[in-house]
Amino acid sequence: MTIAFKPDETFRGTYTYRNSPQAIKRFPFPFHQDQYMYSVNMEPHTKGPEGSVFENAFDIDEHYIAEMRDRAITLERDPGRCVSLPHMMDAEWDTLELIMESLSRDYPELFTLTKDGERWHWVNKPLGIDQTFTFGDAATLPCPPFEYIGRQCQGDFVIMDQRDNNLFADSGMITSQADWSLMFDAGMSFMEWHGPVPLAHELGVFDRALKYLLMLQQSRPVRRLNWTMTINPRLDTSPETYPEWGPDRASVTPDNVGDKVHLRVELQALFRLPRSNGMLFSIRGYLASMNDLATHPRWAKRFHRVLSTLPNELAEYKGLVRYKPTTIEWLSKFDDGEVLPGGTQP
Amino acid sequence: MSSASLNVEIRRIRDLAPGIREFSLSRTDGDDFPIYSGGSHIVLSLPLSDRPHRNPYSLLGDPTDRKTWRVAVRKQEDSRGGSRWLHEQAREGMRIDISAPVNLFSLNRLGRRHILVAGGIGITPILSQARELARLGADFEVHYAYRAPEYGVFVDELEALAPGRIHHYVQSRREQIEFSSLLAGRPLGTHFYICGPGGMVAASMNAGKALGWPESHLHSEQFLAPTGGEPFDVQLTLSGKAFTVPSDLSLLEAIEQQGVDAPYLCRGGACGQCELEVVDASGELIHHDLYLSAEERASGKKIMPCVSRLKGGCLTLNL
Ligand code: HEM
Ligand code: FES
Repeated sequence: MTIAFKPDETFRGTYTYRNSPQAIKRFPFPFHQDQYMYSVNMEPHTKGPEGSVFENAFDIDEHYIAEMRDRAITLERDPGRCVSLPHMMDAEWDTLELIMESLSRDYPELFTLTKDGERWHWVNKPLGIDQTFTFGDAATLPCPPFEYIGRQCQGDFVIMDQRDNNLFADSGMITSQADWSLMFDAGMSFMEWHGPVPLAHELGVFDRALKYLLMLQQSRPVRRLNWTMTINPRLDTSPETYPEWGPDRASVTPDNVGDKVHLRVELQALFRLPRSNGMLFSIRGYLASMNDLATHPRWAKRFHRVLSTLPNELAEYKGLVRYKPTTIEWLSKFDDGEVLPGGTQP
Repeated sequence: MSSASLNVEIRRIRDLAPGIREFSLSRTDGDDFPIYSGGSHIVLSLPLSDRPHRNPYSLLGDPTDRKTWRVAVRKQEDSRGGSRWLHEQAREGMRIDISAPVNLFSLNRLGRRHILVAGGIGITPILSQARELARLGADFEVHYAYRAPEYGVFVDELEALAPGRIHHYVQSRREQIEFSSLLAGRPLGTHFYICGPGGMVAASMNAGKALGWPESHLHSEQFLAPTGGEPFDVQLTLSGKAFTVPSDLSLLEAIEQQGVDAPYLCRGGACGQCELEVVDASGELIHHDLYLSAEERASGKKIMPCVSRLKGGCLTLNL
């Protein structure tokens, strides 16, 4: 498979990010039904159909080069978006190993990894990187191992330490988050960082999810989808930069919904790490504009219904209240009321 | 479950002491073993005559040795047969299936000092923990109790890892670990890990609690609960199928093998997707899920087939 990268796209300022028809087709539309509520929606992260976002452990797509540049800009402005506590060094190497092995296995034409004992040679063709280093010796890399590989893989990452029957967010590389702060959450436990989420605690979602994750086994990763909405194709929607993007929520009008309003889906996967017994949490985000969605009528209809019936608590938490009515109105043009069977297919 | 299993050959069997044998395993496909962390165990599937037996054993070797894994097994006369099979039937060259490593006895990486205690064959996870602590340059000490000098297996390996930090307690010389003095006056941030006979573990936990240790700093070895169980019969009312769930398959897997479409998502008892309605159960429902409420369990009307099963008799499901 060859990927036609779009290296010059932007996710800020000019916002030239666009999806190709193929990218829209593989968009991980998350709604099986006309209503949405939180649940323990986790399943084994097994190899999905060819070309789908589930095909590989870490999905690389046409936005790869541009996203990595946007990450570099964010890190340059705010180095605090990459945090790692000292006891996480084994977990950092675990993460580097997992990502390098997965990418070189799944995309051999883009990435290669050759090992001579602990002497590793890594080639990242799209980003023009050629690095020889000693596995386990951070001094042989230009930056710590987690930051090194995090700058070369699409998606945000949190590494959890497992102790006291709990998970602690002790490392993170977060440059495209849905309005939560790594600086604030670093070192917190599973229930603590999920504190702000409405309704899910009462439903027992987090209790069950945590117990399930504590038993997660090596080579049996799991995944789930999460979603929110973003105005403009912006990756860096962090609390730290709120003044730069928050006001955009008021800029949505009936005429610009199609371009401006995006459904933002996170493919989240969890991997048990072997040396550290920690856990890698990857948050791979996908953005589709309302115009993109409307190219697949079932998706536009379904999203219209999901938004129309979304509980207020969720709409408020996700920050959609301001532009939700305009978006529902826009989507209603596509919804003829046809009864849709279950499933997410376009 | 079987997706993550590895086929291995028993490469070498060493008698370490009366009733204690070490097994060296290597993969039959020639690939490297995965890395594991100190305190991990694997589950061996042993081909006993009646049905496969699954026994957990700690990995004791060097995790960076990707070609050989080692476990040590003490023969348990009263066991259901797993350790006896390994002592009496197992031969070099035989092949068995093992699980991927699981660690339910991991080190706390924020610990400032680590006290490791082993009783008898309990030395196996302690050895891999000591190896990890030595690699990390952490502050630790090992207390190793055994019956008589010849039962002090792995003392050479241990001494090489942490010279001067290994304390021996030989029962035949009337030496014994006094937990209340071992655990007294330890600085904050000390973690305690023990693997040994039940009485010894309980005594150490009691001593620690009496001295005001937080429970989160007292660790003892835990194994993964076995996934299988006893076989039982199933009848499906809608599809009309009748079959037996063997000991090494989950109810959900057995239903899938019949070609019946059953819903599922997490396959781990958490999501609720696989819930099935129990029409009749002539036996006890063994619930292992995290989903059903106490009332739902008590009603006997629901089961999560990805993890739960029936003990004896026949289960009739509305499927
Ligand atoms: C273990 C790794 C995980 C990490 C590091 C993580 C982190 C987070 C964070 C930082 C938030 C935002 C909270 C805020 O508003 O400040 C969040 C939201 C949420 N998380 Fe997780 N999470 C993890 C796993 C899970 C799992 C396994 C579930 C399964 C149910 C889950 C369900 C949710 C839900 C439902 C929300 C609300 C999302 C929304 O409505 O936009 N999380 N998570
Ligand atoms: S499949 Fe999730 S509870 Fe059974």
